[in-house]
This record gives sequence, structure tokens and C-alpha cells, in this order.
Amino acid sequence: MVETLHRALGLTDAEADAIDAVLGRPANPLETAMFSVMWSEHCSYKSSRLHLRRLPTEAPWVLVGPGEGAGVIDAGDGIAVAMRIESHNHPSAVEPYQGAATGVGGIIRDVFTMGARPIALMDSLRFGPLDEARSRWLFEGVVHGIAGYGNAVGVPTVGGETSFDACYAGNPLVNVFCLGVMPVSRIALARASGTGNLAVLVGASTGRDGIGGVSVLASAGFGAEADDTKRPSVQVGDPFEEKRLIEACLELLDSGLVVGVQDLGGAGITCAVSETAAKGGAGMDVWVSEVHQREPGMTAAEVMTSESQERVLVIVTPADLDAVRAVCERWEVRASVIGAVTGTGRLRVLDAPGGTVLADVPAAALEDGKPLYDRPQRAAAPVELGPVVFDDAGTDLLALLADPSWVYRQYDHQLFLNTVTPPGGDAAVLRLKAPGLPPSRRALAVSTDGNARWCAVDPRAGAAMTVAESCLNVACAGARPVALVNCLNFGNPEHPRVMWELSSAIDGIADACGALGIPVIGGNVSLYNESAGDDIDPTPIVAVLGLIDALERRPPGVGLVDGAALLLVGGQGDLALGGSRWAVERGGGARRGGPLPALDLALHARVVELVAGIVADGLVLGVHDVAEGGLAVALAEMAVASSVGFRVVVGGAAELWTEAPSRAVVCTADPAAVEARAREAGVPVRVLGRAGGDRLVVDGLLDVEAGEAEAAFRGAIPAAVGA
Amino acid sequence: MTHVGVVVYPGTNCEHDVAEALESVGATCELVWHTRTGLGGCDAVVLPGGFAHGDYLRPGAIARFSPVTAAVAAFARDGGPVLGICNGFQVLTEAGLLPGALQKNRGLAFLCTTVDVRVETTRSALTGEAACGQVLRIPINHFEGNYTCGVETLAELRDGDRIVLRYTDNPNGSVDDIAGICNEAGNVVGLMPHPERASDALLGSVDGLVLLRSFVGAKQLARSG
Repeated sequence: MVETLHRALGLTDAEADAIDAVLGRPANPLETAMFSVMWSEHCSYKSSRLHLRRLPTEAPWVLVGPGEGAGVIDAGDGIAVAMRIESHNHPSAVEPYQGAATGVGGIIRDVFTMGARPIALMDSLRFGPLDEARSRWLFEGVVHGIAGYGNAVGVPTVGGETSFDACYAGNPLVNVFCLGVMPVSRIALARASGTGNLAVLVGASTGRDGIGGVSVLASAGFGAEADDTKRPSVQVGDPFEEKRLIEACLELLDSGLVVGVQDLGGAGITCAVSETAAKGGAGMDVWVSEVHQREPGMTAAEVMTSESQERVLVIVTPADLDAVRAVCERWEVRASVIGAVTGTGRLRVLDAPGGTVLADVPAAALEDGKPLYDRPQRAAAPVELGPVVFDDAGTDLLALLADPSWVYRQYDHQLFLNTVTPPGGDAAVLRLKAPGLPPSRRALAVSTDGNARWCAVDPRAGAAMTVAESCLNVACAGARPVALVNCLNFGNPEHPRVMWELSSAIDGIADACGALGIPVIGGNVSLYNESAGDDIDPTPIVAVLGLIDALERRPPGVGLVDGAALLLVGGQGDLALGGSRWAVERGGGARRGGPLPALDLALHARVVELVAGIVADGLVLGVHDVAEGGLAVALAEMAVASSVGFRVVVGGAAELWTEAPSRAVVCTADPAAVEARAREAGVPVRVLGRAGGDRLVVDGLLDVEAGEAEAAFRGAIPAAVGA
Repeated sequence: MTHVGVVVYPGTNCEHDVAEALESVGATCELVWHTRTGLGGCDAVVLPGGFAHGDYLRPGAIARFSPVTAAVAAFARDGGPVLGICNGFQVLTEAGLLPGALQKNRGLAFLCTTVDVRVETTRSALTGEAACGQVLRIPINHFEGNYTCGVETLAELRDGDRIVLRYTDNPNGSVDDIAGICNEAGNVVGLMPHPERASDALLGSVDGLVLLRSFVGAKQLARSG
């Protein structure tokens, strides 16, 4: 019976044997359930951990690196910034509103349990094409879920990105990023220490929602019809509970009332108690009867593995318990003492204090004994892009324009009066300000980016280009990139090609971060993104944080100014169309066809520094990096943002569409000064033409009325969703 | 100096923003938790935006039962300036301090964007220093901002010069383009736009400052009137 149980819970026979070996006896059903969630792919990173070690994680300004709830950097002026990104792909595929909503709730808890006040959310979303009804249902449901939870919990959603591709039709991606700020002194870690200290469960009651979310749902692919049967594994969110929990938790940390704090996410109480005990080098007793429960008759295994939302575990001294209860009462959140720290190193589950022992395992075995796999890899054979056909550039351009404002207008993106550059630009720019923080003139720029087309051609180079693009995005806001978090969305790791894609993409991120001097301070891996046996294209998403030392004026944004010069700063002359959106969607090129344009990381570092410098020094009226859609789309987005046209000259049709990296279009009233700065920096630059008029003109190639471009841009998504 | 009480229900989230913006125009502010039964020491009161009590049941439907809401009503009866912004406006209508109701936006989606509103009267606590016809660029941020009321109430609002702000391009379906209204005396004002979000050039607009300055200066007007 136990043998079939472990399989039903997602454990392999070998893993079940390993558990019995750790215990020196057969595991009982509760213990099997606890191991199944902790050793799931989602919680254990058993397929990816070996490879993640290759990422650079250190820099003098890193205060907390990967492995905690969130990464933390020192932003200066006594202020620390915490950030993390996490996927909620599988729950969102099954129940888009709640899946996305609880993704937002989970990432916020990761940040405030570090001691930081969450001040910004961003999302990277991927869906199938919107001409499919199911994709529209998923897209609208996810956006409504993010809005419904994020707005009500009171954390602004300041940016993100959304794109559509057939590979996501059966398995959408919902990656949620959260950033928080705190005085450096408030950093909190998930540690249980001090024998006799108490484990207090704070927040929502524990119910039957989300049982097995990490093992049944997040660590297995979807079959063709399996979706609806997994719906009970999706949790249900309550943003009002979370709002009170944020305030209660930050007050507890401010008052110095907690020894350690850990959010409850995947694997629920089991994960929280084993992680805090293992990291604190302690043991813990947990009393099932003391957990406040939503419904009667729950089994111990249900209580221990439930993923009910809006809960955190705090470790407190007995002397502080009354003060902790008083804070929780004021914020109207429940607090129950559910266990105690012991010196035994064992994690024991008892039915009640002093009662029957239901499970007894070494705490370190759940956490440190997690399996580690070096799964087989097989490189995909390179695909040639093949011949492409340049047809009418104007038609192609109009088809590639899409304004994401239908998405972000549903999100409160202004709360806290920090949002200097709202969604829709290259990077969100935020003042570094929150109640309780020292005053500062510094500001933050954040960009989330991912490009599966590039990574499908060449996962290593594509991932490096993704990091490069994200860094250039924050540079366009005048910021210097200082840290990165990533969310690695891949298919089934038991497929050797997927393992190769994952391993190669990690190498690509390491290449770029190493060359650009940017530490990876946290991340998340989402595997088994497949449906009916088809894996998604490799989709590493990165979020790069940039710092602005003194925000004197609003960054220029992407708009054009009538009469100003247009310059192309950075790489010149690479016309490779491999991996470009135009080649695949409009030019008739082969899917996954390469090669990609070349990325010169040394040049890229100089471009990033130059662009950040000329923006910060006020030499720029408008700036936009060249990425998806190439130069044509970059120029058109600048035009529609400002209702100002342009006339430029380029070297040929391929230059309109190549997505060669390390390039930005700069609109300036002082082209000589920008050219001089570029020469000094060793960065190529050339004059493209001039902004002005009411047409988008590339001599000999393109001539579109600005109004027509604007209508195509504004109308694309509303028309697709029937809004 | 005007001392403003900024009411905080569980779920309110704009309290610090409102306090910061009011302080920038010379007020002092105090956060007032929803269990308080009096507003002693306050010269004016703001109900800021957010999701009071999670907006469960209906925005403002539970907040009207919080003890502080009765204190706000008493303060308003005495002529004290009361301002409800967004969720605060919803609370004021649920509590009966302002007529009508805010229903879901036409389009059935949350809407966070910046709109133009026109000042329609200067006899409210929010618009004493503005000019009639002045157009202000101010963010909105709501799902339930579609103002509705019966025809008699609408006639009363129009005849009583109680429509304080109108949208120039109606974003949510509000009757008669209404963005903000006041009570008969003009001391209680509710509006859906967020003036505190248009109070710093770095954020893109300072058009909300004239409203906030009017409100901070409104103490004398109300008490002498």
C-alpha cells in the first residue's frame, strides 16, 4: 500500500527506498507525504541544482544571495532592496484567476518575510495565440487575477511583459516578480534556533486547498485532458488577509519580536518547519491539533502539506509570545502556537502537545538530503533559418505592433507615489522611498525580459542576449545594473534535449552576468512545462535591477521630440535574422532557425555604461533599446509613444528587422555631444535621421502614416480579446 | 496649521500617500485606526483609497460599520471638512454621507490611468482655490467608479451646484460624467480620482495640489459658514 502511495505522490521507487534508508525503517504514510512534497522538483530543484551552481552570485553589495526567500542588495543610504521572481505556471493553466492571484500572494510573502516592505510587482506572461478561445480565457483570467489580488493587497504592479506563441497554448507561463525595501538593519532570515522557542503560525486558517500543489501539479506535465482534474490542487487567494499579514509581520520585525520567519508556500507547514529547523541546525515538534483549521476532520497529512495561502511561520521566544499575540490581534490576524524548537535535530509531528508521535524524521534529511540528479542531455541539431522574403515592410510593421496597455491599465501601478516611469517603457523607474526608510535621492529601475525565440535557436547565446537586453533596458532609464533574479521555465527535464536547453541557458546567463559584473541573487526553476508531450520553447526570464544614484529629473522615456536627431548607438552592421520575430512570423524563416546575431559582451558593457551615462546627464530626449521586432519596431514604438513621426536611412531591409543586441535608438537635440561621448566610450554610433512629421519613413523601404501605426498599435490586443 | 486625520481601515492602502501629499501643502497628518470612536484634535478628515475590509460584499459596505465611520459622520454634521478619495468616496456613499453609489465600470475591468477632470464648482471644500472650468490631469484607479444615482438625486446635485468634478472624456460610464460630488453644505466631498497621485512633478502631474491646498485651507470656510 505504501508503495503505491509514494507513486501517487510523485516519488520514484528509488526515492522511496532512499527515504526508508534515511529513516532506517519503512516510512509511514504521513512521512511519505512530507518527503514527497519536500523532494518534489518544485521544492528540491533536484534536476537543476547541479547546474545552478555555475551562476555567479557574489558582489560586494550583495547582502543575501540565492537560497533564502528573496535576494537582498545594499542600495546605499542604509537601504536594502529585496527581490525575487517565481513561476505560477501550472496553477494558472488549470485555474487562471486563482493561479495568477496566488502567484502574486506567494511572491509578496517571500519578500516581506525577509523584512522588506513590498513596493513593486512585475509579471512576465506567455500565452498561446489569442485567436484560440482557450488562450483568450487564460490571458484574461491571469490578468484579472493579477489585478484582483495585486490591487487589493496594496502593492503596485509597475511593469512586466506579455507575449504570445503557439508553444504556450497548452502551458502558459505566469512569472511574478516582487521587490521590497527596508532599512538594512531589518533583514530577517528563516532560522529556527533556541531550544524551547515557539513556532507560531500566523495568518489564514489551514484548509484542504492546494493539497499536493508542488508535487502533483507543479512537478508533472499536462496530458491532453488532465487539466480539470487537477483543479482541486490550486489554492484560493485572499488579498485582504495578506494585506493584514504584511502589516502584522513588518510590525513584528520592527519590534524585534521574532527570532526567525518563513513564509508558507509550496509544501505548506512541512516545508516551513523543515527549512527553518534545518537552516537553524535545530529540531522541531509540531502539534497538528494546534493548527487553526478551516474545516473539521482534516488528516495530519492534509494539515502538514496543505498549501492554504496567506500564512507565515514565526519563531519567537516564550517571553515575547504575549507581545506577538497583541500585534497580531491589532491587525486582526490569527496566531497559533503550533510547535516548539528542540535540540534533537528531529522533525516530529504529534497529534497534540505531549500526544502521539505521527512522524519522526531528521529535519536535515527533508532539506539537505534532497535528491540531486545529473540528468542526461542531448544537444539539438542547429536549424538553418533558410531563405526569407522581404515583402511590404509597412504591412509587416503594422502586424508586429501591439500596445500592452490593455494589460497594465488593469493594474494599480501608481500606489506609494514612487512610480516615476510607468509600465510601457523600457524599464519601470521607482523612487526609493517607503514609510520608515531613511530619505534618499536614489531611484530604482527594473526590467523583466525573456525571449524564447532566441533561446530556441541557441539556448546559451539566447539566454546571454536576454540578460544583455535587460541590462540595456535599465540603462535606458539612466540606471546602472546591479543585480539579477531569474525564473527558468523549461519543459520536461527527463527529455535530454530539455536538460541540454536548461544547462545551456544557465551557462548563457552565467556568461553574461560574469562579463557584465552582475550577481544572480535569486531565482526559481519551473520544469515540466509541457502538454500532450510537447515541451515549451526554453524560456528563461530575467529581472534586472538598476540603481540611479540621484534622480534629478524624469528619465526621458521612449518618445520622440519633433526636430531632434535620431542616432543608433552601439552595434552596427550585424544583419543576421536568426531568432528574429520578423523572420519567423513574417519572413517565412524556419522556426528555431539560426544563427543568432553575435553578442560581444565587452562591447555590450560599454554600451550599457554609455547609455546610462548620457541619460543621467540629460543629453537624451528619448531612448529605446532595439530588441524584439528590430529597429523598425523600436522606431515605431518611439513614434506612437509621442505621436511624432521620423525619417531615417538604413542599410537595407535586413537592418529593419535584425534583433542584433547592444543597440539603442537615441533621440537628442545635441547629436555632436552624444557622438563625442560614444567615441570616448569606444562605442560605434551613427546618425539615422531625424524625428518629426506625421509619417514613419525609412527611405526606400517604409512609409506609414503615424496615425495608422498608432491605430494598429493601440488596437491589436483589444481587438484580439474583443474588448 | 491644519491637522488632518487620515482614516485607516484594514485594507486601506493610500494612507501614507495622502499624508505625504497633504504635508507637502502644509498640513500635519495623523493616521486614525478604524476602531477609534472620536476625531479629537483633527481639523479635517480624509478617507483615503484602498480596499477597506477587502471590499468584501461591496466596496464600503463593511467599512460603514467600523466605529470610526460614525465619528466621521458626527464630524461632518458639525461642518468639518471631510474628503473621500476613491474607496473613501465609496465608503461615504455607503455610510449615507453622500448620495448615490459607485458601481462597476462600464467595460467591467479595473482601470488605472490618468484622466482630465473639469472643476465645476468652487463652493466645495475641495475646490475653494481652483477656478471653475479649470481642467486638471489626475490619475484614476478603480473597478467600481461608475457613479450612479436616481433622476431626482441627479437633479438635486445639479440644482444644488454639488457636482464638483466632471470627466472630460468619461472613462467608466458615470452618469453625467460625474467624477466627484459634495453634500449640500459643501464640506463633505467624494471623488474617484486620486489628487495625491498628481502632487509631484517627478510623477508627471502637480494638478492635484490645488485641490489638496483647497482642502487644507477649507477649515475656516466650513466653520465660518
